[in-house]
Amino acid sequence: MPRLSAKSATLLVLAALVVVSPLFFPSGYYYRVGALIFVNGLAVTGIVILTGYAGQISLGHAGFAGIGGYACALAPVHLGLPPALAAVLGVLISGALAYLVGRPILRLKGYYLAVATLGFGILVSMVLNNERQLTGGPDGIIVPDLGLRGLLKDWGLNISNGEFWYFFCGIALLIGAWIALNLRQSPTGRALRALHGSEIAAQTVGIDVARLKLQAFVISAVYASVAGSLLALQNKFITPDVAGFMHSIEMVTMAVLGGAGSVLGAILGAGVLTLLPQVLTVFAEFEQLVLGLVMMLMMIFLREGLLPSLLRKLRGRDE
Amino acid sequence: MSELLQFLFSGLTVGAVYALVALGFTIIYNASDVVNFAQGEFVMLGGMITWFAYQAGLPLPLAALVAILATAALGVTLNKLAIEPARGAPVVSLIIITIGASVFIQGAAQQVFDKQIHSFPAFSGDTPLRVLEATIQPQSLWVIGGALVVFVGLWLFFTRTLIGRAVLATSNNRLAAQLVGINTNFVMTLSFALSAGIGALAGVLATPITLTAYNVGIGFALKGFAGAMLGGMGNPKGALVGGFLIGLIEALTAGYLSSTYKEAVAFVVILLVLFFMPQGLFGSKSTERV
Amino acid sequence: MKKTLATTVPAALIALGLASVASAEIKIGASVSATGPAAFLGDPEAKTLEMLVEEINAKGGINGEKIELVLYDDGGDPNKARTFATRLIENDEVQAIIGGSTTGTSMSILSVAEDAEIPFISLAGAIDIVQPVKPYTFKTPHTDRMACQKIFEDMQKRGIETIGMISGTDGFGASMQAQCKDVAGEYGIKIAADETYDPKDADMTAQLTKIRNTEGVQAVLNPGFGQGPAIVTRNYRQLGIELPLYQSHGVASDGFIELAGKDAVEGVRLPGTALLVADLLAEDDPQKPVVMAYKTAYEERHNEPVSTFGGYAHDGFALLVDALTRAGSAEPEAIRDALEATSALVGTTGVYTMSAEDHLGLDLSAFRMLEVKGGTWSLVE
Repeated sequence: MPRLSAKSATLLVLAALVVVSPLFFPSGYYYRVGALIFVNGLAVTGIVILTGYAGQISLGHAGFAGIGGYACALAPVHLGLPPALAAVLGVLISGALAYLVGRPILRLKGYYLAVATLGFGILVSMVLNNERQLTGGPDGIIVPDLGLRGLLKDWGLNISNGEFWYFFCGIALLIGAWIALNLRQSPTGRALRALHGSEIAAQTVGIDVARLKLQAFVISAVYASVAGSLLALQNKFITPDVAGFMHSIEMVTMAVLGGAGSVLGAILGAGVLTLLPQVLTVFAEFEQLVLGLVMMLMMIFLREGLLPSLLRKLRGRDE
Repeated sequence: MSELLQFLFSGLTVGAVYALVALGFTIIYNASDVVNFAQGEFVMLGGMITWFAYQAGLPLPLAALVAILATAALGVTLNKLAIEPARGAPVVSLIIITIGASVFIQGAAQQVFDKQIHSFPAFSGDTPLRVLEATIQPQSLWVIGGALVVFVGLWLFFTRTLIGRAVLATSNNRLAAQLVGINTNFVMTLSFALSAGIGALAGVLATPITLTAYNVGIGFALKGFAGAMLGGMGNPKGALVGGFLIGLIEALTAGYLSSTYKEAVAFVVILLVLFFMPQGLFGSKSTERV
Repeated sequence: MKKTLATTVPAALIALGLASVASAEIKIGASVSATGPAAFLGDPEAKTLEMLVEEINAKGGINGEKIELVLYDDGGDPNKARTFATRLIENDEVQAIIGGSTTGTSMSILSVAEDAEIPFISLAGAIDIVQPVKPYTFKTPHTDRMACQKIFEDMQKRGIETIGMISGTDGFGASMQAQCKDVAGEYGIKIAADETYDPKDADMTAQLTKIRNTEGVQAVLNPGFGQGPAIVTRNYRQLGIELPLYQSHGVASDGFIELAGKDAVEGVRLPGTALLVADLLAEDDPQKPVVMAYKTAYEERHNEPVSTFGGYAHDGFALLVDALTRAGSAEPEAIRDALEATSALVGTTGVYTMSAEDHLGLDLSAFRMLEVKGGTWSLVE
């Protein structure tokens, strides 16, 4: 078998997953879960770039997801934009905001960066919660239909809502993964990883550390924003929960749990954490207990994340 | 004038709770470089265990003691089972581990206890004290006093006692500390017991004012964390000042500007301070940890 | 690597399916917020539904058919609620859904239920859920607007014209705050001060001081649930404010009196349901038997006082049972039609009469104005 590059292998595995999984789906509900995994996977791919590549922490990325989501709810109503363009507007706002906020914030390190990003996320969610006239407040707001499914229907392609979003989000994830993987191999990506290794070393070899960190921050914000938009459009309804602290934590946990260094690992993490509450409904009372336990055990025993640890085991057996 | 005084009382009451939580963060951070996001759960446990013990017929002081000791024991367990094994893990992993612990404790608390809101009687009655035209609850004085006593105690501990210095030495360089004969395992155990105990104490003191339930921990943890970072993580003085500052900013914003955005103002202040002083108000450059 | 993933995914998918075992004739789905920030609402709702289903099955079911309840906990997260609604409909194939403890989760469930044409009975307060009327969506709690109206009616009687409001920023508080501001003008009431607090706040004296110092305020209204209103009430007494204090139906429970303290809570008024004053109801009150039966059963079984919110679930289930009995069929379409034809069904919240224009079916009389006297609830008038 000819040796595939890591990039092509990752994309192939992902594409196969998206296409083959539906063969095993016993009901429409599985499309919904699949679509959620893809959306989360997309957001988490952004975290891979920020945390996995560049080694920076954010506890506020849900804020960008909130911006992306609410752009889709508000822009069509107030600006008359079609929902798809509203998502683009969300991306622009998120990117611009990340650029502005990122400049001062990214000078901070470790826990100080954590609290600053946390503060940013909380500010966004506070605005969404409190500007009731505009955002509908904590009760949430209705999001207009994307309209693409109707268009497909006109072209003779009639698929259910669940199927549509499953494949739509699947394609979005593939594109997101492809971009992230290309970035990894680009000079910027290599510089980012040098930065992760040692900031001082990177600086001495002439890498513009501040600019690089900012780039990673902006790109990851765009990922979160798109994921937020997809979630809002798919649910046709959005509440400020999407920008909440726990959602930020969820994103970071998914990435690190699966293996923040690799796109596929992070997506695996997104899959595990999205499926967990669905599998645990039988003992819903213990869901939090189990979730907390999983978070701790994984981080203690599989420190590099699920996928890298698995791969190492497999490789160890082969040799 | 009486208005301002009332706002200050409100801010001091709330700030004292934040400061107590922030002080708890300080000890563990000093010993292990870990910011323990489960700190808020210690506060919750302090309140909940006291309530249940009190409900079971124990006198309040004894119930409080039971709560503090039990929580301290849990803190030690947390260290042994989750923090020690993860020694040397990156900051992100440590954040996830301690948040995982927080989620776990919350999940356990709603099984062991219940999902109701609880409170127990204030220590010195409910008759408010009048100062000029403003009033303050006697229990507020307990919380404020508690924060000050814990601060002085910690300050003396870290600067005047051998074991306190051993904690600081361990945090600066664990290996070197071991080489000069410090039992670093004991230092860690002690720090977690102390920190959890202080968290539980905060819960005991604050519950008659704030009320308690299985899910109040994460709120305390975020505010305490913010307070500790504002003051400069690892410095008891910073924790005390940071906690009180956040409480005061919130109360004054609520009083004079907008109650809706009082927390927003607190976080904007934190962002601004960190922008100009990346180590917080009292953090020193020399304690920077990469 | 490929092999691992390929085997993990189907395994996980199979695990997902294990939860659903089809056996009963009538399958009812529920998604409530039994944990998380809205556990206050969802926990008694879940307990009530489980209890009622057991009760009815012990009596032989409806028209001889047993009921199976598929209950999920959405933790108050609308995204999860949508997933569970999809799961209930597509995977568990339920005939009707009860749930949606919060407005956000209800809105998520209703869009799925409407698409699939499955009847849905919401347990949340917002009027948007049933207005405009959606064919398959019904709800049991009175709207927040009705609570405001009831309170303002009472204020009018006492000659109160200018009030201050202090509201929680949670979904419940914010929604009622908006509704009250909206409807105040109709009762000639002016809101001179409008303050808020975060549900986690520990001290509201700053906001209350501001309200006290606002010119002309004659009464204070506090929409919210959880610990917030208890703290507001305590701070109110601490500051020695003598004006009448109104709370919302969000804290209509015995627990509130205990939390706020008997002394502090004396004289507080709120609009509540018959459930709270079951013992005080006149013997010929049509709600008395229903309310007493539910209260006794719930308190015996769970060893905690009943709450208004559990009552919403009780009524939702009662509506459904009534509809199923009349429809004589468990087809979603038939259930929907029967629900819409509900007439004079006595619940704990009020007496329901639905129509094609009204999918709530309650009026203001469902609320009773209650006042704390001598440390316990009493009926005003």
